[in-house]
Amino acid sequence: MAITYTSGEQVEVYRFSLPATILIPLVAVFLQAWVPLRFPFFKIFDLPLLVVIGFATARRNPLAGLFTGGLIGIFQDALTHQPIGLYGISLTVVGFGASSLGIKIDVENPSARFLLTIFFYVVHEIVYISVVRGLVGSHMRWSWPHEIGSGVANAALGILVYALLDRMKQRI
Amino acid sequence: MESVLGRYRNLIVLVAVLFVQVLGLAVQVKRTTDSEPTRLIRVWAVGSVTPLEKTLHWIQTSTSGIWHNYLYLRGVRAENRELKQEIQQMRLEQVRMSQDADQARRLQALLSFKEQFISKTVAAQVIGSSGSEQSRAVYIDKGAREGIKPDMAVITKDGIVGKVLQVFGTNPVEPSTAQILLINDQTSGVGVILDKTRLQGILRGTPSGEVMLEKVMSDETVATGDLVLTSGGDGIFPKGLPVGTVTKVTPGSDLFLNIRVRPAANLNRLEEVLVVTKIDERQAEPEQAGPMRAVDILAERLPTVPPKPDTNSAGATKSPGAPTPTTTPTAIVATPSAAPPGTTKPKSAGADVASNGATASANSAGQKPANVAVPKAVTPAQATTVGTPHSASANSSNIGSVGSRNAVVTKPVSPTSSPSGSVPNSAMPGGAVKAATKPVHSTVTPKPQPAAQDTPQ
Repeated sequence: MAITYTSGEQVEVYRFSLPATILIPLVAVFLQAWVPLRFPFFKIFDLPLLVVIGFATARRNPLAGLFTGGLIGIFQDALTHQPIGLYGISLTVVGFGASSLGIKIDVENPSARFLLTIFFYVVHEIVYISVVRGLVGSHMRWSWPHEIGSGVANAALGILVYALLDRMKQRI
Repeated sequence: MESVLGRYRNLIVLVAVLFVQVLGLAVQVKRTTDSEPTRLIRVWAVGSVTPLEKTLHWIQTSTSGIWHNYLYLRGVRAENRELKQEIQQMRLEQVRMSQDADQARRLQALLSFKEQFISKTVAAQVIGSSGSEQSRAVYIDKGAREGIKPDMAVITKDGIVGKVLQVFGTNPVEPSTAQILLINDQTSGVGVILDKTRLQGILRGTPSGEVMLEKVMSDETVATGDLVLTSGGDGIFPKGLPVGTVTKVTPGSDLFLNIRVRPAANLNRLEEVLVVTKIDERQAEPEQAGPMRAVDILAERLPTVPPKPDTNSAGATKSPGAPTPTTTPTAIVATPSAAPPGTTKPKSAGADVASNGATASANSAGQKPANVAVPKAVTPAQATTVGTPHSASANSSNIGSVGSRNAVVTKPVSPTSSPSGSVPNSAMPGGAVKAATKPVHSTVTPKPQPAAQDTPQ
């Protein structure tokens, strides 16, 4: 498998322009809200999550990752009727984790990205469901086959999304 | 100490950010009402996403409209033909329904019922969703500026959809939109009633997006395919709107049944919805549209003529349960379904006149003189044709002329003149055709009668 450990010196750090930083999450949340109305199967995808992972792994800065994740999550929460912070908390964890992992492993490889996305999708779901059950008191179904299946689907879409983000990132 | 802080700086920030969010979440969960800080974030988010959604939706509908309305017209003629036939069928159904509705209104008036009806709706387009599987909500393109308010019912032609949860657009800067909570969300609840058994329950969504009917005791009988309607008990949805169909019934672990319901409206593909902005309540009043003929009153009180075995050896087909033609030519009246049930003993019209006293003879007893609405003379041939069993399954084109209450059929019915095939007897007003045994040619104006008089002795 193509996950390789790299030294700190080999790690390349990127940044995104301000318009890209604002517009990409906005478009991701917009598509997440709009496309499922026309194509209901799109509900299994989580575009904002993919954007958080993409930003975090490119920037490789845990602080930037967690703040990006938190803000995108809160933005996503604001469109639901649920308390604000559910997606915020889970995407904060994902942003922090992805950027921390991005420092240690090579995340330029599509295979590594694929596995990384499955892993963080499951992490995201575990954190989200824990918060929903523990803090909000709502019931949420957990099914491993469903989560793994959705993780794989998101990972497949993620490869395209990361390739798109690669075109917009700028080397520092 | 500083080295520890520096070393674990990222982790400390993570914990701090998470702590703040958890704290904020806990405050929101404890608070029952939506307060300003939270609302402001929602307004920003909705304000940034909704204009994009509205624009894209406009582009999509415009393109689709040009394609479907001007370019892609394949099969339109055939569809038009089918729709015309469907209209014919529905007109017949409407006549029957109006009979039932009239009867219901009369009964409601007797019982001093108050009826609810939808008096005003606002049509809206669905422009976006919440984007989360855990939050089954959609956004529409109408909001506070169009008179939408929280807790208004949202429906489609197929059935109920949900209720208005949040409304935006009170501020001129905000986009005018509203968030609709769908009935398959797990926080949603709708008071419903089963159409056949009249059992009441609560409709709730599940985490997986299914719809379940709750609070129906396990000793009750609920069958698959039963229709579910709104009960009006939740104070949001008017009574009697279609909700869905029972698809699965299993005994629950507690005292209640697990009843799965398939929503009548397709919640996954919502495009246009109606927001019920005004529900009126009024005292039920029977229709006082016009004078009521004596023959109508008589016909209502006459018992059903029992079917006779076909003695005609001419080989004429006879549908079971169809009325027997009379030998005396007279007005043939399609009676409403309010005919006294269970009466099989044939009675003459005269007997009813005597017992009810609401016929031509009543006119001489100080009532308003008859408004003559005597039907055109029906020739024996016509009457016989109409009165034959065949007429019970007459075609739509002929029955289509039966537009008014207890209308008199004056046209001969030809079994071959129908382009749309035969119409079942139930499509007739009242579902039966009666032949009066004696001609009654006078009418009386409607007069409120005590309930006791409505039932023939």
